Amino acid sequence: MKLKKAVETLLYPLVGIVVSLLVWQAISGGVTTAKSPSGEMEEVRTGLVKDLPGPAVTWERTRKYVVEPFAKREELDQGILRFTWYSLLIVAKGYFIAIVVGTPVGFLLGLSRMFTRMFDPIIQVLRPVSPLAWMPLGVVLFSGAGRSANELGALFTIAVCAMWPTVLNTAVGVRAIPQDYLNVARVLKLSRTKTLFKILIPATLPYMFTGYRLSLGIAWLVIVAVEMLTGRIGIGNFLWNEYNNGLYTSIILSILTIGVVGFLLDRAMSLLEQRFKSI
Amino acid sequence: MSHHVELSNLTKSYPTPKGPAVIVRDFNLNIRKGEFVSLIGHSGCGKSTVLSMLAGLNPVTAGGIILAGKELVGPGPDRGVVFQSPNLLPWLTAFENVLLGVDQVFYTASREERRDIAEYYLTVVGLGESMHRRPAELSQGMRQRVGIARAFALSPKMLLLDEPFGMLDSLTRFELQAVLMELWARNNITALMVTHDVDEALYLSDRIVMMTNGPEAFVGEILEIPWERPRDRRQVLEHPDYYRLREHLIGFLNVRAYTLKGLTPPGGDAGHGPAEPAPKATAPKPTEPAPIQLEALAA
Repeated sequence: MKLKKAVETLLYPLVGIVVSLLVWQAISGGVTTAKSPSGEMEEVRTGLVKDLPGPAVTWERTRKYVVEPFAKREELDQGILRFTWYSLLIVAKGYFIAIVVGTPVGFLLGLSRMFTRMFDPIIQVLRPVSPLAWMPLGVVLFSGAGRSANELGALFTIAVCAMWPTVLNTAVGVRAIPQDYLNVARVLKLSRTKTLFKILIPATLPYMFTGYRLSLGIAWLVIVAVEMLTGRIGIGNFLWNEYNNGLYTSIILSILTIGVVGFLLDRAMSLLEQRFKSI
Repeated sequence: MSHHVELSNLTKSYPTPKGPAVIVRDFNLNIRKGEFVSLIGHSGCGKSTVLSMLAGLNPVTAGGIILAGKELVGPGPDRGVVFQSPNLLPWLTAFENVLLGVDQVFYTASREERRDIAEYYLTVVGLGESMHRRPAELSQGMRQRVGIARAFALSPKMLLLDEPFGMLDSLTRFELQAVLMELWARNNITALMVTHDVDEALYLSDRIVMMTNGPEAFVGEILEIPWERPRDRRQVLEHPDYYRLREHLIGFLNVRAYTLKGLTPPGGDAGHGPAEPAPKATAPKPTEPAPIQLEALAA
């Protein structure tokens, strides 16, 4: 039984990774030398997707970013985790703004019918707007801020895009509070503040954390676009520079890093979420 | 002041497209201070509606409620409510659940005194050992004990119980009935309990109010239960009048709850058609005015 579980949780994912690597290798491009019709030896590009570097080549060319993940050789030549760290810092700030603004807005939406009627249409219209569309507006809005205009624009974009899941989930959570709990507050005549802190917030917490988890996912999605547009140093910016340099292996490394970091953030948040759900 | 609680012409109706749907019409009842009154009737007859109007959780359509000389408006901690499911806040421990109400009512007392009050009532209901556990870690019966402790800890002017033992197995129910009796007697609290358990009503009550079927339900009959207190469950069961009273209640529920409203009781006219409602004739006292005294029954 224990063995079966170990197989399922460890071996199966490992098999999946190996299979994916093999497929990657199989379709990727490579170079071989062959004799041309004129009799000279010349390089021939092979493979299904000729411009896609295979796993081995990718590792070979990007190793310096990985084996010294925190190295700083030049401004644009740093370890991959160092780039990631810069990105995480700005994401953390933007995400913090998103939940600090989004949670109270969600509460107001959940508590007040009038507030919902007023602002729900606007929220529904703004919600699907892409970060690429917010970014220029953010930069313009803070263009008076001089050197920090870029940073403020980036924070604005992350905050605005990441806010919606927090807003909507909190609102749903508040509306889903069982009438029984509210009756307790009414029977005891709890004050507004006491009702908020003793009943509304604890009862909404699981929903709020679902919102927080989804918001963090979006904040991390947005960072790449933000760095591409603003030129802030970070993982997204690294990806974009290497694309301009034609170094496709670095793009693959960046994509994998962004994915792994996003996955780890999501896992961490969902552990936190489970803690609150278990109450 | 003779009556502690007065419900006069209490009416509840909900507006519908076809006109108001009347759940309870002209419900009249007076309760003496320290009296334990049960409200029985078929499910859906509106007995819980009456209770929730008393609790202030359901607005009164017409008529009024006076508690200790004051007309009731809205909910308040002067009435301790025990719900069918104990409605504990799952993120608070049993102790914190009780303390929440105590803090609210005894805000002038010191922190220590308030903690003592909560602890005292939890100990009395038998949770001295497990008061710092969360509701999820307590059995159904233990949770309802917390619910009872929470209601009594408010030192309310009145206790409202909405089928408080309906979700418990019969052994646990007996235990909790005894706990309730003990606390009620010790605190001399006026109580109104909604139930559909005839034996529970007989064991606990001074008076049993029988409600007719809904819609537009009203007080059908009132039965006085004159047994001395404190009551012992076995003595109650062995009392010569026990089965007579029980029969009377069941007769009401099976027949008169319908006939008083001009309805035909179920099973009474199988295959006979809608002509003369047969059970009307077999009902022992179809038009007996309330309240019915024990002597009248024993005759």
